[in-house]
Amino acid sequence: MKQFLSFVRKEFYHIFRDKRTMLILLVMPIVMIVLFGFAITTEVKDTQVAIFDPSKDVATQHIRDIFQANEYFTIAEELSDINQINDVFKKGKINLVMVFSENFADNMIHTGDATIQLLADGTEPNQASMRVGYAQNILSTYLRELSLAGGRKASFQIAPELKMLYNPQQKSKFNFVPGVIGMMLLLICAMMSSIAIVREKEMGTMEVLLASPLPPAYIIIAKAIPYFTISSFNLTTILLLSAFMLHIPIAGNLFCLIGISLMYIIAALSLGLLISTIVDSQLAAMLMSSLVLMIPTILLSGTIFPIESMPVWLQILSSIVPARWFTEAVRKLMIQGVDFQYVIREFLVIGIMIVVFIAIALKKFKIRLE
Amino acid sequence: MSKDVIVADNLSKMFGDFVAVDHISFQVKEGEIFGFLGANGAGKTTAMRMLCGLSHPSEGRGTVAGFDIYKQSEEVKKNIGYMSQKFSLYDDLKVWENLKLFGGIYGMSNKKIREKTDQLLGELGFRNERNTLVKSLPLGWKQKLAFSLSIFHDPKIVFLDEPTGGVDPVTRRQFWEMIYQAADHGITVFVTTHYMDEAEYCDRVSIMVDGKIEALDSPFMLKKTFEVETMYDVFLQLARKAKRSDS
Amino acid sequence: MVIKYLIAKEFKQIARNSFLPKLFVMLPTVMLLIMPWAANQEIRRLKLSVIDNDHSTFSERLVQKIVSSGYFTLTNISSSNDNALHSVEAGDSDIILEIQDDFEKDLVSKGISNVMISANAVNGVKSGLGSSYLENIVTDYSADLREEYGLNNGPAGRQKFNIAPHYQFNPHLDYKVFMVPALMVMMLTLLSGFLPALNIVGEKEKGTIEQMNVTPVRKLPLMLSKLIPYWCVGFLVLTYSMFLAKLAYGLVPVGNLMIIYVFASIYILVVSGLGLVISNNSATMQQALFVMFFFLMIFILMSGLFTPVASMPQWAQYITKLNPLKYFIEVMRLVYLKGSSFMELIPYFCSLCIFAIVLNIWAILSYKKSI
Repeated sequence: MKQFLSFVRKEFYHIFRDKRTMLILLVMPIVMIVLFGFAITTEVKDTQVAIFDPSKDVATQHIRDIFQANEYFTIAEELSDINQINDVFKKGKINLVMVFSENFADNMIHTGDATIQLLADGTEPNQASMRVGYAQNILSTYLRELSLAGGRKASFQIAPELKMLYNPQQKSKFNFVPGVIGMMLLLICAMMSSIAIVREKEMGTMEVLLASPLPPAYIIIAKAIPYFTISSFNLTTILLLSAFMLHIPIAGNLFCLIGISLMYIIAALSLGLLISTIVDSQLAAMLMSSLVLMIPTILLSGTIFPIESMPVWLQILSSIVPARWFTEAVRKLMIQGVDFQYVIREFLVIGIMIVVFIAIALKKFKIRLE
Repeated sequence: MSKDVIVADNLSKMFGDFVAVDHISFQVKEGEIFGFLGANGAGKTTAMRMLCGLSHPSEGRGTVAGFDIYKQSEEVKKNIGYMSQKFSLYDDLKVWENLKLFGGIYGMSNKKIREKTDQLLGELGFRNERNTLVKSLPLGWKQKLAFSLSIFHDPKIVFLDEPTGGVDPVTRRQFWEMIYQAADHGITVFVTTHYMDEAEYCDRVSIMVDGKIEALDSPFMLKKTFEVETMYDVFLQLARKAKRSDS
Repeated sequence: MVIKYLIAKEFKQIARNSFLPKLFVMLPTVMLLIMPWAANQEIRRLKLSVIDNDHSTFSERLVQKIVSSGYFTLTNISSSNDNALHSVEAGDSDIILEIQDDFEKDLVSKGISNVMISANAVNGVKSGLGSSYLENIVTDYSADLREEYGLNNGPAGRQKFNIAPHYQFNPHLDYKVFMVPALMVMMLTLLSGFLPALNIVGEKEKGTIEQMNVTPVRKLPLMLSKLIPYWCVGFLVLTYSMFLAKLAYGLVPVGNLMIIYVFASIYILVVSGLGLVISNNSATMQQALFVMFFFLMIFILMSGLFTPVASMPQWAQYITKLNPLKYFIEVMRLVYLKGSSFMELIPYFCSLCIFAIVLNIWAILSYKKSI
């Protein structure tokens, strides 16, 4: 037992004595939370509009006023020539150009040919869609009000009422933070631990350890403990930061959340172990964990990119990424506040993954020893 | 009267509070084989690196080939050859490619490089290995190649840092034959080692203990002074006083 | 010229490396052929849950219309709000449409009714776009009804205008168009920026750098010799990627190809300078890797690769001014999609030049032949 503890202590020393490792383990999660909490957003903050209005009549003025009054839109420029449109987009300040057709008010009443073109800079598709969507909604509401104005009888108007569940202000951090937790824990538990184990192999000291009276399983556990501890510490930090700095409270059951996090940590540690049985050098461990673990996790866990939008083959691939299940569970538990019964599936999948990873790792480990 | 090609004057190197090299002074004459002995951790490699311009002295001065090791280190480098502990050949280059690279770096013409490469390969018996990648060579051959590389450009002085580490005694003997040949051609050889038997092969030897030079003379004189049979015994006498052991 | 011997050596070593040549081919191939399919932020196939309390012709037609729009897959039909909410909690639905029980009656008698759209707003984009799509379909439906019942004759019904959305530069709102040029930048950063630096640290670790430090070779030729082969590789890989982009996605730069190469050259100088600064201050590969990883993550996230810089708070936008990736990604997008000319891009060029000068001077000064 004393031997075991001395191993554990040695592992902690390795970590604390290397400034750059500490950088990744302690500073990086905080930086990620700050970035994803404040800087990385998919929200459309404000739309700069340029208008081309050959009509300049009561109707177009009214519509302009509506947009000007809306806090999300700013009428920034007046175009005199339709050929200016591309240039104005290239300069990068304008997001949306509204083009009124000629004799707008007239056409609106008599011919039904009045048109407003909404031209958005399609470079970033979602931003463009959202801007156009908002503008369309504003215009539809205006039309609806027009037809109801003056006490006229309404005709087949359907007024949609909107309710945003769990995240009324649609802040993107609610979406990102669960994914960041998954990424950070994977980074610490899988990448860092695999590098640590392989470093031992590279330096040749692994054989010395294996020759000691301590069973190999204990050596591995001794290596895992510091990373388990640090991840738990990081998890706590992230949750606290989310709650107090980002104002993302934990809506659901804290125990469930911690439970699935611990399971995920173990799954990540077993992945780290698995990698360390496959590679021989630290460089290879690093490359393998980043290419095979981190990048698929970032891409396929559903953190930034929605899984439903991917082609089927990628969706299937995503189901073997542990972070995908973890992120889903955390979103449900932390943001939506669901009961345990709704995350049973995720718990089970991660549980199975732990068993599989450890089984493969053990098998490979035994082969190497022979 | 042969001139001093290496002069060390109160040379010191400190790493924080730790004094690795403690005010050493000595001169090496042209054409000498000068052995720089001491236990592991005594400060030999650190001292040599200062002389080669790889490390700045904390205190003291030195000249190599007449140039100041601190202020004129680039000039020093033009005139020396160097073989490090790790042999420092490029593993993934072929034998002739290593030679061409370093020959070119030291300003040898392509013609000269070709001629000397042929000559060298013949002398070493490496003709067939011309196109072999260095990583495929056995250790003893790598060592010989590394040495030949260090004197390829006919430097005035060559610095060898523990050149015979991990090699069998026969190969070590052959290696020292090569060193003698180089010395015969007028190259001054400055070699560090912790093998005391190799001390017998040198013209003069200095022994470093805990960063200081505790003895400096020819092997014959040292043995006489300490009244012992072998250099190993000389060393034992001095090492008993040492505080710093294997690092 | 001493440098030609050094460059020859570097090229040979790269070619003989068991790993690098494969990386040079695989990395762009994977990044360009696989990542864009994943890196799609487009919102599609949203899961819709419907609560139809009316079960009338009107309500059923509305649901039909929504389903046939293709944006939504109907995953759940509930009889109560609670049921529908459960399906959202389970992750089986993204958005709920609730039609009240007097829907048809109210539309006919009062001319107005309403529907309730509840969206799972954890993903703000999904809920924003999803609810937007639904609203538009509902509005269209109401216009269809008016058309059918001939309520468009007469001044009351007449007042309308058409709304015509159009997406400039990317009419089909293809996310690949947004991602691919930016992915090329990321790839160039890795290959021409960080790899050569790792190479230098590797030599430091092995000890072979000492053999160079002890020769009269000057710092500048030494560092250049290590960078130049990776610069060449960078250009080749860039060309290969642009070719792949054309082949796989039909994506071709609207603007001048030469502009891309000019900017690529200056950008490569910037990132290799950065890599050198990191490697000069690292003793082992592991140290260098960790620091590079740290910076790479931050740079990528703050570059506008995934999310727009304009959406960031002011303080974050100031920080992005220090991020060379941001400038080059913007330039790539501008040239690829909007066809900007070199004159229009001069401010970016100047910024990148400043980065190149500062970083490379720092790199040269921090490389020590003697310690």
